[in-house]
Amino acid sequence: MFPKYNVIVVGAGHAGCEAAAAAANLGSSVLLITMNMQNMAQMSCNPAMGGVAKGQIIREIDAMGGYSGIVTDLTTIQFRMLNRSKGPAMWSPRAQNDRMQFSWTWRLRLEQTPRIDFYQDMVKGLLVRDGRCFGVVTQLGHRIEADAVVLTNGTFLNGVIHIGEKHFGGGRVAERAATGITEQLVELGFESGRLKTGTPPRVDGRTLDYSRMEEQKGDEEITGFSFLDTPKPAQQKSCWITYTNREVHEILKTGFDRSPMFQGRIQGVGPRYCPSIEDKINRFADKERHQIFVEPEGWHTIEVYVNGFSTSLPEEVQYKALQKIPGFEHCKMFRPGYAIEYDFFPPTQLYLSLETRLIENLFFAGQINGTTGYEEAACQGLMAGINAHRKVRGEEPLILRRDEAYIGVLIDDLVHKGTIEPYRMFTSRAEFRTLLRQDNADLRLTPLAHRIGLASQERMERVENKLHQIKQFTAILEEFPISPEQVNTHLEAMGAPLLKEKQRAAKLLLRPEISVRQLMAWIPELQQKAKTYTQEAIEQTEIQLKYAAYIEKEKELSRKMRQLEDVPIPEQFNYEKLQALSTEARQKLMKYKPRTLGQASRISGVNPSDIQVLMVYMGR
Amino acid sequence: MYYQHAEDTIAAPATPQGMGAIAVIRVSGPQALSIVNRLFPAKDLTQVPSHTLHVGKLIWKSQWLDEVVVSVFKAPRSYTGEDVIEISSHGSPLIVQRILQALTEAGARMALPGEFTLRAYLHGKMDLTQAEAVADLIAAESEAAVQNALRHIRGGFSAELQQLRNQLLQFAALIELELDFSEEDVEFADRHALKQLLDHIDEHVQKLLQSYAWGNVVKHGFQVVIAGKPNVGKSTLLNALLNENRAIVSDIPGTTRDTVEEFIQLNGLLFRLIDTAGLRVSEDVIEQIGVARTHEKILQADMILYLFDVTQIEASEWEQAFAWLQGLKKPYLILINKIDLQSELPEFVHNTPQTMMISAQKQVHLNELKEKLVEIAQQGRTHGEGSIITNARHYAALQKVKQGIQDVYAGLEKNISNDLLANDIRKCLHDLGEITGEVTTEDMLDYIFSHFCIGK
Repeated sequence: MFPKYNVIVVGAGHAGCEAAAAAANLGSSVLLITMNMQNMAQMSCNPAMGGVAKGQIIREIDAMGGYSGIVTDLTTIQFRMLNRSKGPAMWSPRAQNDRMQFSWTWRLRLEQTPRIDFYQDMVKGLLVRDGRCFGVVTQLGHRIEADAVVLTNGTFLNGVIHIGEKHFGGGRVAERAATGITEQLVELGFESGRLKTGTPPRVDGRTLDYSRMEEQKGDEEITGFSFLDTPKPAQQKSCWITYTNREVHEILKTGFDRSPMFQGRIQGVGPRYCPSIEDKINRFADKERHQIFVEPEGWHTIEVYVNGFSTSLPEEVQYKALQKIPGFEHCKMFRPGYAIEYDFFPPTQLYLSLETRLIENLFFAGQINGTTGYEEAACQGLMAGINAHRKVRGEEPLILRRDEAYIGVLIDDLVHKGTIEPYRMFTSRAEFRTLLRQDNADLRLTPLAHRIGLASQERMERVENKLHQIKQFTAILEEFPISPEQVNTHLEAMGAPLLKEKQRAAKLLLRPEISVRQLMAWIPELQQKAKTYTQEAIEQTEIQLKYAAYIEKEKELSRKMRQLEDVPIPEQFNYEKLQALSTEARQKLMKYKPRTLGQASRISGVNPSDIQVLMVYMGR
Repeated sequence: MYYQHAEDTIAAPATPQGMGAIAVIRVSGPQALSIVNRLFPAKDLTQVPSHTLHVGKLIWKSQWLDEVVVSVFKAPRSYTGEDVIEISSHGSPLIVQRILQALTEAGARMALPGEFTLRAYLHGKMDLTQAEAVADLIAAESEAAVQNALRHIRGGFSAELQQLRNQLLQFAALIELELDFSEEDVEFADRHALKQLLDHIDEHVQKLLQSYAWGNVVKHGFQVVIAGKPNVGKSTLLNALLNENRAIVSDIPGTTRDTVEEFIQLNGLLFRLIDTAGLRVSEDVIEQIGVARTHEKILQADMILYLFDVTQIEASEWEQAFAWLQGLKKPYLILINKIDLQSELPEFVHNTPQTMMISAQKQVHLNELKEKLVEIAQQGRTHGEGSIITNARHYAALQKVKQGIQDVYAGLEKNISNDLLANDIRKCLHDLGEITGEVTTEDMLDYIFSHFCIGK
């Protein structure tokens, strides 16, 4: 019934969809198997994409030719560029999306991508021979062969849902869990663990009193996620902010004796940065109120997402507590919040290509690797798809470095440090965040992706054009003289120091309070000269000029880091004889066999003192 | 160099070269026991328990080398963590040399400088700051230096830096909080609070940096330059100060024939007395000071003792000397010598806290002078009983931290965005990490999650 495929992708969430798209666009024949084709690219939690650090990841996916940015733009109901007041490295695009539209827009995209077949079934096992994976076995009994398999099982592996004292198997509420794969992998020698995450209740928007909440509007100007010209919405929907209070907390506490978290029924480790409301009340008892974001689920639906109120307390406790929140007095609940526990495989069992160390041609991406978040999952899917394809073709894997992409930081962290809680990206995880900006993701990654055949010719031409424009506009700003008469009245009005003599525009731009946009508004000739340049190119030029010193500093640091990267560790290195290494470090080093000191330095449990020992031993 | 000889067994004298009652030769490595065993027919050393002493003759190629005591330390309970034997022989350099030659013929290799400590480090017997402290301890020349080195070996120094690291970590976390969690409903530290925290950190770094000067005093001695005309009694004073300390004083010839340096220990502190016979204040004082070497001595000096002969004191010299000393911006004492010959002072000699009447010959007020020296030396000791930086690497790292803090200050002043500030702070943490161990993002996130309610 099935041909032999190049790549089988198991699961059609954010990771699976990107994996299928990448492998197919590179030329592999792909089968995407999902338990439910109605729920492809489902936003299981909040209906939003991007945010701080996550927005940068979506931009990177888009720059490489993935679909997440395009689909996000097409289904945006509200857009905000977060951290606008901070430096450009912190600007982070974030969108609220229409949940249902997001899902079927993704599906349409995949349907329009050549070389992808779809099949609805549950994969219950892998075909493995001589340490090599060559296909899957489904619940309906099909053996489907492939050169490589990408597992993106999300929260479905032995998923257990908890609401108060009730608990039942499921991968998302109202969807079955997947069984069989964990057991087989453990038998093959994989180590597995258990993680937990949660989601808040959804309520009836018609029953909310928005006059009691603060409105949060979208940006006037939508820049979006994709570097291509995807249409942006003409209007936007608002989100709303309200707060819990003492009364809400008191009601929630009445459910603590039935909380699966506090009663120890949940064993999995949850994310510290996404705690349940009961956790927040418990840990920060002196905090009188907690912020609640009321987010619409789409253009047309009346369903509303109660962000900040993630909980697994009994439904009636959730319901009663909700009603004490200003604006929620008459609220009706559509679905209760719940917690879910699921299996994951500590990602230290992977190579940087996301192929497993134990079984060849088997790749893992997404929550199965212990991450959380659509963006984190999607970018792993993209990389697993790329590398599964390249493996099949006998090509070297594509590995992004830490100074090249957040994607590189994420995978490097996973593989070398592992994680004990669901891993989320933060900008602070990146050593080179001034380099890894959302505005230059295309300049960083499109040429690379184009070279391997993923980013289209159109994308590449856009990048070349942008580079060309930046060069020209930089030259203009470096030459353009500005006289005191042209700007001093404006500077005086701003309370800024006046210009004493003529200065080149590029020099004046080094002042934090001066922007290109201002200069163009003040000086018509400059405006005239800038006319032929795109907004993107102008912005990029400004950032490169304004932050040149900081960018240079980080480039220098990244060069230094790469030096450590360049110290090779002999393959058969005998760690046993180095008693100075901590026991943990010695075990980890023997297990992961890092190939460079740089890699060794990022293995969790290997401390700087251990690296020092190795450096001394290597004679550095 | 790629350190690839860890399998070798190494040997070297553990006591300094020269004649002494005994000398100790240390042998370390996997073959230490069997190699020495070949020279030691009295007993089978491979069979004896660890931490035992054995007397016997050392014989190599039928030649009797010496009668020795060998101490056996088996791995890992030894200085290097390897099998170690210490041979205590008679202290003749010839004997030591012959034993070493026999050991190398029997299979050992001469150790490279610092190789024993390197092995101790590689075998986890000490961390890097401790290893550095061992080097300091070996070179220690005074009681205070020994105390300080011992404190480092015990890790007291690390604890002090740990505190500094935590302060910086807190600062960095507050900055990161505002970046990664800008959308969260938590209170962000305002610039004023950040500055206050930074002041605190800066003060701490400053204190440690200042302790370096003191650390240098502890390690190398407080440098006292003795100046004045010939025949005012400089040598007599030097000898008088040295007399009762003869036993621990060593002569180090000066770099010029005119300069003599001597060491004395007062209250456990090392003083380096430098007699610059050529230096005196006279009409051609500028020319004199222009002599580069003497000038250098004065620049390096921690304080100046300027001697007058009370019987020959002249108004012009007094005025010039006084002005010169004040211009140096260093502690100084004016000593009016030979008061046993004449107790009356000329009118122009005004008594200041920096003036003392002494007689080097008759030992008048010499104890007061010593007390004064100790008191002045101790003024550099800003750190109480706390840790002292004596290591140049630590000092350099802390200076980089200090520079980084200046950058953060400047950034705060210029109101630059927090992500750029964070770069400077990360650099500080990185520089401090060179001596305290790295500060990871996880450390920062841990701080944030334990202090702030994060999470929508």
